[in-house]
Amino acid sequence: MYEGIVQELIDELGRLPGIGPKSAQRIAFHILQTESFDVSRLASVLVEVREKVRFCEICGNVTQEVTCSICRDPRRDATSICVVEEAKDVVAIERTREFKGFYHVLGGAISPIDGIGPDNLRIRQLMTRLADNTVQEVIIATDPNLEGEATATYLTRLLSSLEIKVTRLASGLPVGGDLEYADEVTLGRAFEGRRTVS
Amino acid sequence: MRVSSISLRDFRNYAEADITIEQGCVVLVGSNGQGKTNLIEAINFLATLGSHRSSTESAMIRTGEDAAIIRVHLAHDDRQILLEAQLNREGPNKAQFNRSTARLRDFPRYIATVLFAPEDLLLIRGDPASRRRFLDELIVTRTPRLSSILSDYERALKQRNTLLKTARFSEASVGKLSTLDIWDDRLATLGSEIMVERQRLVRDLAGPVAAAYESIAGADHHPELLMKESVLLPLGDSTIDQTTQAFLAVLNSNRATEVERGMTLYGPHRDDVEFSLNSLPTKGYASHGETWSFALSLRLGAARLLRAESVLGDPILILDDVFAELDASRRERLASAVSDFEQIFITAAVVEDVPAALLQHVFRVERGTIARALK
Ligand SMILES: Nc1ncnc2c1ncn2[C@@H]1O[C@H](COP(=O)(O)OP(=O)(O)OP(=O)(O)O)[C@@H](O)[C@H]1O
Ligand SMILES: [Mg+2]
Ligand SMILES: [Zn+2]
Repeated sequence: MYEGIVQELIDELGRLPGIGPKSAQRIAFHILQTESFDVSRLASVLVEVREKVRFCEICGNVTQEVTCSICRDPRRDATSICVVEEAKDVVAIERTREFKGFYHVLGGAISPIDGIGPDNLRIRQLMTRLADNTVQEVIIATDPNLEGEATATYLTRLLSSLEIKVTRLASGLPVGGDLEYADEVTLGRAFEGRRTVS
Repeated sequence: MRVSSISLRDFRNYAEADITIEQGCVVLVGSNGQGKTNLIEAINFLATLGSHRSSTESAMIRTGEDAAIIRVHLAHDDRQILLEAQLNREGPNKAQFNRSTARLRDFPRYIATVLFAPEDLLLIRGDPASRRRFLDELIVTRTPRLSSILSDYERALKQRNTLLKTARFSEASVGKLSTLDIWDDRLATLGSEIMVERQRLVRDLAGPVAAAYESIAGADHHPELLMKESVLLPLGDSTIDQTTQAFLAVLNSNRATEVERGMTLYGPHRDDVEFSLNSLPTKGYASHGETWSFALSLRLGAARLLRAESVLGDPILILDDVFAELDASRRERLASAVSDFEQIFITAAVVEDVPAALLQHVFRVERGTIARALK
């Protein structure tokens, strides 16, 4: 245990995802001891990011405007929507340049352990977007793990009552993984080989 | 397949240990608490990604250190493989295959072990969980793909149980679609793969276990294995699809009870395998000697099954403290039953416990150091 504020810093850093107590301690001492390290810049970016960044009203992607740059782009194909768990998945799929339609970010996956049910995800918003018959294909690109599969099954059943083609990314993605870690080639192939599920 | 060298860094009580080993029988002797089991645990870990005595990986890292390293050279025919695992106290474990980055969970594809230990008595006398563990470890060795199915099943079960506990409050969902249906679906899809694999295993194991029993007990007591499933399946072989349907039907008709109890009452996590001798269940009927013979036969039968079907050749046999538990005749019969395996690791507190025929390469283990014993 360190005295007062040093320990507070370590504790705060340790609350961040992927940072254990040892890493937290290392980062804290880097901040304390490295003169060239611009503390006020980091602090202001942290504050700014919270103030300025919000979630696109249409798709749930991160943006600094009311809607994100993808939703505002008239060249995109309005007949297809790709459903992902997180905003970072949008970035991963955009890198493949395989997909020209719009996105819908759910904000997670169904997981009772974490208290997340369909009502906690942006599923209602998705149904609203599908109401006017413009969209003809929904591509479900949730993570290839248990919760991602469960969410995909849920969406498939929910959408089966609509006259919309529903596809799921082809397997070949590393099982048990995160979409964002799949390399571009694999993810690109998964898009090409997507299969109709309803 | 055999191990041709082992290096340990900060693994259990070993700060640094490097040994090269030959084909045949490797005997580790030393007093209690010197590191014999620790050494074979390291080898077994690469094959099973688990430990037979602790569930936390950090217990394997030497006290006060941040990381443990296990490096093992394997020889299979004239092929050489180097497996290296680094267990980190903080952050994910790392793995290398022939010096390039690999996934630890792929290691069981390259190394297979069969471990005999005094705790094996629990296979007969213990609760169903120990028998399920026996089956599932073998299933993963036979079909490595099942490893992720098993862990996904565990997780699906947790998810479903959590939902069952809160089901009464959370059922009015979007479009009135029940999320319990979704988890039933996951559970049944994953669970049926496990059920079908266990059925196949028990069927294929019957012959080798019977033969092993006769060679160890010196008598034919007609040993049998029978799956006892919570989801009743039609007699004969069921496909995964039929099993999924049967599983779903059971979940469906028992939903009210499960919601009330707040837990999943059907599925491979509730199943058991029953062992019998001369048509009497071993549990509650078998004598002490018969119990030992059956436990050893399960391991030996498993080893022979793996030998017969694995591309890796013979599994590495590990006999941890087993001979001390056996009477003289069982010792001799076990020794001759295992003697034709490519490589065997044996641990014993005193060398006299080990049948002479197996004393081929003897090492002394003392306070985390290993030295070749002089003949
Ligand atoms: N993480 C660890 N760090 C340091 N020492 C450890 C660690 N884990 C276990 N040990 C020590 O290793 C010793 C146990 O070694 P091991 O189980 O290999 O004994 P053994 O030689 O098989 O003895 P026995 O004949 O009693 O079975 C114990 O003294 C224990 O304290
Ligand atoms: Mg021991
Ligand atoms: Zn948007």
